[in-house]
Amino acid sequence: MFRYTRRTAVREVLVVLAALVVFSPLLILLNVSLKTTQDSVSTSAFSPASPLTVDGFRQALGGEGQNSLVTGALNSAVITGCSVVVLIALGSITAFTLTRITTGWSRAAFASFLVAIVLPAQLGQVPLYSAMRHLDLLGTRTGMVLAYSGMLMPLAVFLYSGFTRSLPQEYEEAAQMEGASRFTIFTRVVFPLLAPATGTVAILAGLIVWNDFFTSLVFLNGSDAVTLPVVVYSFVGTLVSRWNVVFAAVLLSMVPVLVLYLLAQKRFIQGFAGGVKG
Amino acid sequence: MSPAAAVRPDATGSVPPPAPGGGGRVPRRRRAASRVAAWWWSLPALALIAAVHYATTIAGSAYAFTDFNGFRSPEFVGLANFREILTGAAPLRALLNTVVIAVAFLVLTNVLGMAFAVALNRQLKSRYVLRTVLFAPVVLSPLAVSYVWKFLFQQDGPINQVLGAVGLESLQRTWLGDPLTVVPAITTVMVWQHIGLTMVIYLAGLAGVPPENEEAAAMDGAGPWSRFRHVVLPALRPTILVASTMILVQGLRVFDQVQALTGGGPFGASDTLATSVYKETFVNGRFGYGSALALVMTAIVLLCALVQMLLLRERKEK
Repeated sequence: MFRYTRRTAVREVLVVLAALVVFSPLLILLNVSLKTTQDSVSTSAFSPASPLTVDGFRQALGGEGQNSLVTGALNSAVITGCSVVVLIALGSITAFTLTRITTGWSRAAFASFLVAIVLPAQLGQVPLYSAMRHLDLLGTRTGMVLAYSGMLMPLAVFLYSGFTRSLPQEYEEAAQMEGASRFTIFTRVVFPLLAPATGTVAILAGLIVWNDFFTSLVFLNGSDAVTLPVVVYSFVGTLVSRWNVVFAAVLLSMVPVLVLYLLAQKRFIQGFAGGVKG
Repeated sequence: MSPAAAVRPDATGSVPPPAPGGGGRVPRRRRAASRVAAWWWSLPALALIAAVHYATTIAGSAYAFTDFNGFRSPEFVGLANFREILTGAAPLRALLNTVVIAVAFLVLTNVLGMAFAVALNRQLKSRYVLRTVLFAPVVLSPLAVSYVWKFLFQQDGPINQVLGAVGLESLQRTWLGDPLTVVPAITTVMVWQHIGLTMVIYLAGLAGVPPENEEAAAMDGAGPWSRFRHVVLPALRPTILVASTMILVQGLRVFDQVQALTGGGPFGASDTLATSVYKETFVNGRFGYGSALALVMTAIVLLCALVQMLLLRERKEK
């Protein structure tokens, strides 16, 4: 049944063409970034870059304006890394606690995480802004790590809880009989078993923090801790129709994520599919 | 919390097995104390979301009824902000744009994602490569993606070039500068970036549809379309619901793409609730009015999420 016939081949060609059309913006991005400034304006986006030049990349990295792409990338990396660590540490232990203890308050606590997942950030932004200003956290990496950890904690708890709920309890009970302390049981027995969920949380939360624009625009604009999206945003504002430089900057900002994606595409795709199913 | 409450059977109805050791029955009290998880472990995370989500949202809702501007102490103005939203042309425009974008985003992303999922479910030799390629835009930042499309939408950009090449000059537009086309253009960018996401969700859903059902229908003489319509589609219903809510909520919150592509222009023609909130609060310094706009947006988002939850529960009970 459902053999590969000539009609399937025709369908395959059509699907490949459709996929090519969908993918073409990224090919154009690469092409234009390799042109000279003059060519990026005067030649068609479809004509291949000739002469090939990395001038755009050199200018993008040369850092016009006060914050360079390199600074932005470093800030983004530090903020993303620290947020993910906090989310994994607190998210896993919280989900474990809330799924193992099933009383009224823990169910209410779990529901509070679920509601927070869909709550838009905009409404709380002003109070969060003034709170951070009072605490001297505005425009700092520490402040951003705290803000992102809080914002994405509901997602982390939700992803972990789907996993902890289906985790067999025999291992914990066996360890308990051996006299291991609760904390040892969690760190040595439970947490290693949560590895697949940890991967999903790291990928999803890491991507969201790395790509976030709104929160970092509001909290970091003009500070030293600006993240990559804010740098690219203010960068592009100053580059009127120097598309090769714009595209070089955009491409450079994409590289870390694209490389990770190509190395671990299966994990990424499973992470999204699994994350959505819960 | 009483110790008895702590040993109640959990939600799945399973009663914890009696603790081993010692041979005799373990007293209930000790059993409760020997839980593997300690309740206070969840406190740091709860404190964090109480502070970052709930305290701020409640405080923000309170601002919505004031004329706070960041300097003077806020003064209660009742429903004045909401009256301004309901009688002003700009906020209504933003509300309308948000709904139009969210609904179009919802329909197109789901249809295209499902189409690619069905096409790439099995048979095709290139399916694994194509899945990887089509999913790639999902991992990119919406901001970066928007700049690529800003270039494509230019007056002398690739889209107008293609239209010219195939003899459709009459369709050429300044896509982002024309109040008529700016909202569809923004929606296109969002749809483009999310096709891969819905595709993956539907592929996961399709994995739960056994090929035998389709084969049986084919034996009975059902063509590809009627197999899809009567066998595959009904089985995908829960997936459609999950994917739709997620995409709808994302659409209602759209900010990055609008900010990067047009900044809300031309003349507010593409403003959404989220960009209006940003502009009013952080550019114009009208914290009270901005909060009122944000409250409207939050109410809409929560309502959509609630409807989805009820629909899912209804399905489970059937």
